[in-house]
Amino acid sequence: MTAARRYPVLVALFIGALFMVLPFLIVAVNAVKSPAEYSANGPLSLPEGVYLDGLKDFWQRVDFGQKLVNSVLISGSVALGAVVLSVLNAYAIGIGRIKGRTWVLAFFVLANMLPQEALVYPVYYLSKEAGLYDTRLSVIIVFVVIQAAFGTYLLASVLGQFPREIIEAARIDGANKWQVLWRIVVPVSRPTIGVLLVFFFIWTWNEFLLPLVMLISNDNQTVSVALGVLQGQRLMDATMTNAAALLGVLPALVFFLVFQRTLTRGIAVGAVK
Amino acid sequence: MTVTVERGGRGSRSGRGSRGGDAVEAHHRAKGPHRPRDSYALFLLPGALAFFVIIVVPFLMNTGVSFTEWQGVGTPKWTGLANYRELMDDSEFWASFRHSLFMVVAMAAVPTVVGLVLAAALFDFVGKHFGSRTVAVLRACFYLPQVLPIAVAGIVWSWILAPENGSLNELLKAVGLGGLQQDWLGDPDLALYTVMGVMVWVQIGFPLVVFMAGLQRVDPQLYEAAELDGAGWWRRFWHITLPQIRPEIHVVLLWCTIAALKVFGAVYVLTKGGPGGATNVPSYFSFTTFFEKTQVGYGAAISTVLTVIILVLALVGLKLQTRAEDAEEGLRV
Repeated sequence: MTAARRYPVLVALFIGALFMVLPFLIVAVNAVKSPAEYSANGPLSLPEGVYLDGLKDFWQRVDFGQKLVNSVLISGSVALGAVVLSVLNAYAIGIGRIKGRTWVLAFFVLANMLPQEALVYPVYYLSKEAGLYDTRLSVIIVFVVIQAAFGTYLLASVLGQFPREIIEAARIDGANKWQVLWRIVVPVSRPTIGVLLVFFFIWTWNEFLLPLVMLISNDNQTVSVALGVLQGQRLMDATMTNAAALLGVLPALVFFLVFQRTLTRGIAVGAVK
Repeated sequence: MTVTVERGGRGSRSGRGSRGGDAVEAHHRAKGPHRPRDSYALFLLPGALAFFVIIVVPFLMNTGVSFTEWQGVGTPKWTGLANYRELMDDSEFWASFRHSLFMVVAMAAVPTVVGLVLAAALFDFVGKHFGSRTVAVLRACFYLPQVLPIAVAGIVWSWILAPENGSLNELLKAVGLGGLQQDWLGDPDLALYTVMGVMVWVQIGFPLVVFMAGLQRVDPQLYEAAELDGAGWWRRFWHITLPQIRPEIHVVLLWCTIAALKVFGAVYVLTKGGPGGATNVPSYFSFTTFFEKTQVGYGAAISTVLTVIILVLALVGLKLQTRAEDAEEGLRV
C-alpha cells in the first residue's frame, strides 16, 4: 500500500481513538476550573489555572476517602474469596474429573449468566432476616459466589489441560490432594489466577445494582454507588459533577495503567472460553 | 470453546504410554482399590453450599414470589399466573422489552461490526506498517471505557449531553452547527438513541480486544497467499479474517447480547428510564417495581421473564458453540 493511502486510514483510526478518550479529557479539564471560570467560558475552554477547591469540596462532601476504603475492602475481599472458591471448584472439576462434571460446569455457567434482578429481592429480604442488610459483608458474600461462577468455568477448563504426570508424580512422592492443590496446581496456574484476581477486583468495583440495593448508609457505600446515587438525584452543579467524574475516573485509570497487560491478555484467556 | 492458554494437553497425553506412565499405573494398582474420582468431590462442597444459599435459594424464591401478590411484608398471597397475565397487557412491560432490542443493537450488533473492522485494521494494517506500539496505544484508547464503572460513565456523559452548557451542544455551536443542538437525554424522541450512542462508546473496546487476540492465532501465510493472488483488503477481511475468528464472534455476540438485556446502571444514572418511560428497560422496570412501587410479586414476574429469555439465549448460544467446535474438531482430527 502506498503512503498516500496508508496515512488517511491511520488518521481515521486516531480520530476514532481521540473520540474515545475525549470525554475523559473534557472532564479532567473542567474539574480544575473554578465555577466562575466555568460559567464565563463554558466547558470547552482550556483552564486558566489549576483550581482544586471543587475537588476538595466534593471529596469532603461525600466523604470520598471512606468510599474508596469501602470499595477497596469489598473488591479486594471478593477477589480473594472468589479466587479461593474458584480454585477449589475447578480442582474438583478440572483435575478430579468428578462424575457429572459437565452438568456441574453448565450449572456454574448459567449461574454466572443469571440476571441479578432475579436474585436481588430475595437477597435483600434474606439479608434483612439475617441481620446482614447494609453491611459490606453481605455484598462481599454475594459477589464472591457470583464471581466464582465465572472463575470456576475458566479455571476448570484451564486445569482440564493440566499435565497429569506432574500430579501423578507428586502423589507418588506422598503428597495428598490438598498438598498437590496448593503446592503444585496453584503455583503452576498463577498466570490465570492473577488474571482472575484483577478481573474480579475491577468487576466488583464497577458493580452497581446489588450494592445500590444493599448498601444504603453513607458509611458503607462504594465509589460507584455513591457517585451514581448523587447523579441520579441531580443535586450537583457543573463543577461538582466534574469533580465527581474525575474522582470516579481516576481509580479506574490507575487500574487500567497498572493492569493493562493483564486485562488485555485476560480477555483473550477469559472471554473466549 | 477456544483455549487460548498455551501448553496444550496433547503433547502430555502422548507421553502416557512411556515406561514412566506404566510405572505410575502399576503403582496405583498396587495400592489396591482406589477411587480417585469421588474423593475430589469434597473440594466442591464449599462451592456447592455457597451456590445453593446465594444463588439457588434466592432464584427459587424469586420465581415462587412471581406467582403471588406481595408487598414485601406479611404473607404473600398466592395468585397463580395473575402477574404474568397482567404483564401481557402491560404496555410499559412491552415497551421495556422493545427498548431491550435497541440495546442489543447498541451493545452487541454495532460493537461487533465496528470492533471487527477496527481489529482487522489495527492488526493487519497498522501493525504491519506502523509497529506494535501504535497498535497498543490505539487499542488502549478504545478499551479505556470498559474499565470505567458504568455509574461514572453515566456522570461523564450526562454532563457532556446536558441541554444547557453541555459540551456537545457547545461544540456544535462552536463549529457553526448550533441548529443541531438538542436536549439529548430529555427529549422523549431522542433519549433512547442517545443512550444507545453512549452504550456503543462503553462497549466497543470489548469486541476489539477479543478479536485482536483471536487474530493472533490466524496463520499469516493465509494473508500472504491471498495478497499474492491479488486479493484486496476487503476480500481478505471477508474470506480470511471473518471465517477464522468465527468462534470469537459467536462468544462476543452472545456475551454482549446478554449484557444488553441486563443493562441497568447506565439507564439508572443517565435517564432513570425517562423521559416518560422512553428509555425504560426490563431490569430498571423490575427494580422500580420492587423497591419504589413495592409490588414484589409483579417485579419478580418481570425478572423471571427476563431470566427465562437470557437462559434460553445462553443455552442456545452454548449449544451452537459446542456444535461448531465439534464440527471443527472433527475436521482437524
